[in-house]
Amino acid sequence: MALPPFQTFLDRHAAELMRFLVALTGPDEAEDCFQETCLATLRAYPSLPPDSNLRAWAFTIARHKAIDASRARACRPLPVAEAPEHGLPDAPDERDAWAPLRALPAKQRAAVFLRVAAELPHSEVARVLDCSEEAARRSAHEGLKRLRQEMT
Amino acid sequence: MSDSDLRDQIERASRPEGATDAAAAVRRFADRAQEEGLLDVAYAAADSPLGELLIAATPRGVVRVAYIDENVGREEVLEDLARRVSPRLLEAPGRLDDARRQLDDYFEGRRPGFDLPVDLSLVAPFTDRVLTRTAAIPPGQVLTYGEVATEIGHERAARAVGNALGSNPIPIVVPCHRVVRSGGGLGGYTGGVHRKKHLLGLEGGGQARR
Repeated sequence: MALPPFQTFLDRHAAELMRFLVALTGPDEAEDCFQETCLATLRAYPSLPPDSNLRAWAFTIARHKAIDASRARACRPLPVAEAPEHGLPDAPDERDAWAPLRALPAKQRAAVFLRVAAELPHSEVARVLDCSEEAARRSAHEGLKRLRQEMT
Repeated sequence: MSDSDLRDQIERASRPEGATDAAAAVRRFADRAQEEGLLDVAYAAADSPLGELLIAATPRGVVRVAYIDENVGREEVLEDLARRVSPRLLEAPGRLDDARRQLDDYFEGRRPGFDLPVDLSLVAPFTDRVLTRTAAIPPGQVLTYGEVATEIGHERAARAVGNALGSNPIPIVVPCHRVVRSGGGLGGYTGGVHRKKHLLGLEGGGQARR
């Protein structure tokens, strides 16, 4: 099996990568992270072994880009509009559908999405999160527990 | 709360109103890839009186023109390009604007031939020589397989010339349709003889000999 054309790879995975990034970083930063993810995957693409698990690989790169973005954000002074992140109740506006996920620690957010929305097996979630299978299982479990509590 | 409610909640959270459409983001990415010099092969679809075409170009020039029909699918052509040229291949109509415009003009009768750089890296040396000679046949004229063979110094290789033309990766632009059989037959064509006939008709009958 040769590597599929990069366009085919993107056609297959772009939608869920974008959703993964929305889940990790929120709707406002997802597109930038998506562009960075595409760039990094395209750069590395020809050197991949042809039998690679492209989906898990792409999720892994996307997660790294989300981490880069959150580090960059931590270094910037917070714009005023973002300031009331703590304390104020979440506005019930449509874009805040993300609010329940935002409340989770980043790793649980990723684990929950990969497990429930992308339906990856625990072993692949572990690969994407670069942790043991046991730790991946725990992150997904804790994240789901917290989401359940919040939503009841 | 049930598991399916939970799933719905996560679905909603990762797909909020106003979030970027992934397909549009991919189209924007093609421009970015081009700027970064990472776009080894750009392709685009084009309509023509002979049916759908797929055109692909490397930074060196047009590398492939394919008739897309019930015999040859788009995926098949793209997979072949990924394997033989580079898997860094994206739909990026921008790089192909000029080629598409020239094809339109050609089919509308506004220009007789093409002024486009071509990339013959897909072909073997003998085929390269056959196609290079073929590319120099002016619109409205034809050569026979034997004549092309003679001109490239292989006078007994008419059949090999036919095979080489049959493997032309850039039909229409490299006008393999302008090579015909001696004795008046059209000979074969990569997209079927009906297309060869159409192209020669477009160029003014195609019966004029040098």
